[in-house]
Amino acid sequence: MAILFFVELAEGKVKKASFEAASYASEFASSTGKEAIGIALGTIDDQQLSDLGNYGAKKILHSNNTAFDNFDANQFAKAIAEVATQVNADTIVISQTLAGKAIAPSISARLKAGLVAGAVGLPDANLVVKKGVFSGKAFAYVKVDTAVKVISVVPNSFGAKKGSGSAGIEAVNITPASSRITVKEVTRQSGDIAPLPEAELVVSAGRGMKGPENWGIIEDLATALGATTACSRPVADVHWRPHHEHVGQTGVAIRPNLYIAIGISGAIQHLAGVNQSKVIVVVNKDPEAPFFKAADYGIVGDAFEVVPKLTAAVKAFKASQH
Amino acid sequence: MKFLVCISLVPDTTTKISFIDNDTKFNNDKVQWILNPYDEWYALVRALELKEANGGTVTVINVGSAENDQVIRKALAIGADDAIRIDATGELDSFAIAAEIAEVVKSGGYDMILLGKETISYNSSNVGGMIAELTDLPFVSYASKLDMNGSTAHLERDIEGGKEILEVDTPFVISCAKGMAEARIPNMKGIMGAKTKPLNVVTPKGIAPLTTVVKYELPPAKSACKMIAAENAEQLIELLHNEAKII
Repeated sequence: MAILFFVELAEGKVKKASFEAASYASEFASSTGKEAIGIALGTIDDQQLSDLGNYGAKKILHSNNTAFDNFDANQFAKAIAEVATQVNADTIVISQTLAGKAIAPSISARLKAGLVAGAVGLPDANLVVKKGVFSGKAFAYVKVDTAVKVISVVPNSFGAKKGSGSAGIEAVNITPASSRITVKEVTRQSGDIAPLPEAELVVSAGRGMKGPENWGIIEDLATALGATTACSRPVADVHWRPHHEHVGQTGVAIRPNLYIAIGISGAIQHLAGVNQSKVIVVVNKDPEAPFFKAADYGIVGDAFEVVPKLTAAVKAFKASQH
Repeated sequence: MKFLVCISLVPDTTTKISFIDNDTKFNNDKVQWILNPYDEWYALVRALELKEANGGTVTVINVGSAENDQVIRKALAIGADDAIRIDATGELDSFAIAAEIAEVVKSGGYDMILLGKETISYNSSNVGGMIAELTDLPFVSYASKLDMNGSTAHLERDIEGGKEILEVDTPFVISCAKGMAEARIPNMKGIMGAKTKPLNVVTPKGIAPLTTVVKYELPPAKSACKMIAAENAEQLIELLHNEAKII
């Protein structure tokens, strides 16, 4: 028996969330006497795949077929389901990225295998899995009633646990189903900063910043921390910041280790997208801002005075660490 | 063009969530049910805009009991032509719901099946992908833009930190995210008209769910926020390092 996990690739690299999926699959596999096997679809250097061994994977199956370089959920699901059957996997683990959200339900329906979407922990002894519901306001414990199970794991909920190990890479021959989707263009933000859904540290700002020209201090703090920038809905709506930075119920839901909210009042719709963050810091000049009720640390003050102080303190801290 | 929009009912965003029967059931008491915002704002409204531009019909579909009818009528008031309710009761999971809808899709001759990116109740994002798989249709998730040119759709889809531009021919399934359309408020004519629009009740196939929720849990109460004086803001960094241990 095996636990199969999906290795998601972007621009010829393994996505960060897939190392976490490897850790999740490996820990579940070792507690049940099984083997964690990864499946990678598309162009990538085998050397990069072998790094997954450090996260507990025993073997990575790789279909180095350019047909998989463009994403088509149906095509990916069919390939993963086929491999799952071949390796006799009783559990298929997928990171709940945007691609994962499309692939996991397709595999579930294809194999008639029950799906827990958005798991935040390992299955317990009765194979019951915890997941978030009601936009972060509660959790549900879900029992899968089928022999084969599909689990999608919320990014940054379990953590990528790096140890040492090695994974053998095996070429696998899968005939891709012909895709009915034509990808015309893919654009991604450049640079080394993690995209929001994968970010561990996030600095976010809202209307309290008064205008897009004032974002320099937010970016300085984010850069000092190595954090990703985000914003509230009103700020994205008036195009002060790009649409993909919008976190909240209608935007991206995130679960970073640290969420610093500056000049954001904390409307319930905003909280729904960030309330699973491990630590929340709120900076707001209004002591009555509802966000303070959801925060771990709060500073009542003017962002234009507080934020540069924080940036200086982060720089001093980082310098002291060297 | 025939559009089918899947609509789910969810507790209003501001609902205080609680559970009964030893935390095994959601507490319906005093809950205001609404159309899942993403199904309504993005999927339904975009389908209506495309119909208004190019002609066609917009049908909404819901899986649930007669108690849902009042909220389904709101979708008709916004502009849908007719509604289908699959009269299923009991505890259904995403698969059972998707499989029931798939049966209607197979015989309905729809060109496009739309739904929101996820529900705000179970946050699973499952039903669209499952319908697509069960009906062997292409699936595009988290679409933020959709334009039609004959039977070819030009789409933008969200990816982590960016977007993808793609094309797909009808029929297909699409889940809709922010950017697709703006919310519409039904007018008096729409509300009056909705009362007489067809709401067809269909007998479910009785497809069994693949998962069961065994228990619910509320998150632990948040401890009080630790306040730091603005003039000592730099202390925060020390606390994040030594106390919270996250930097």
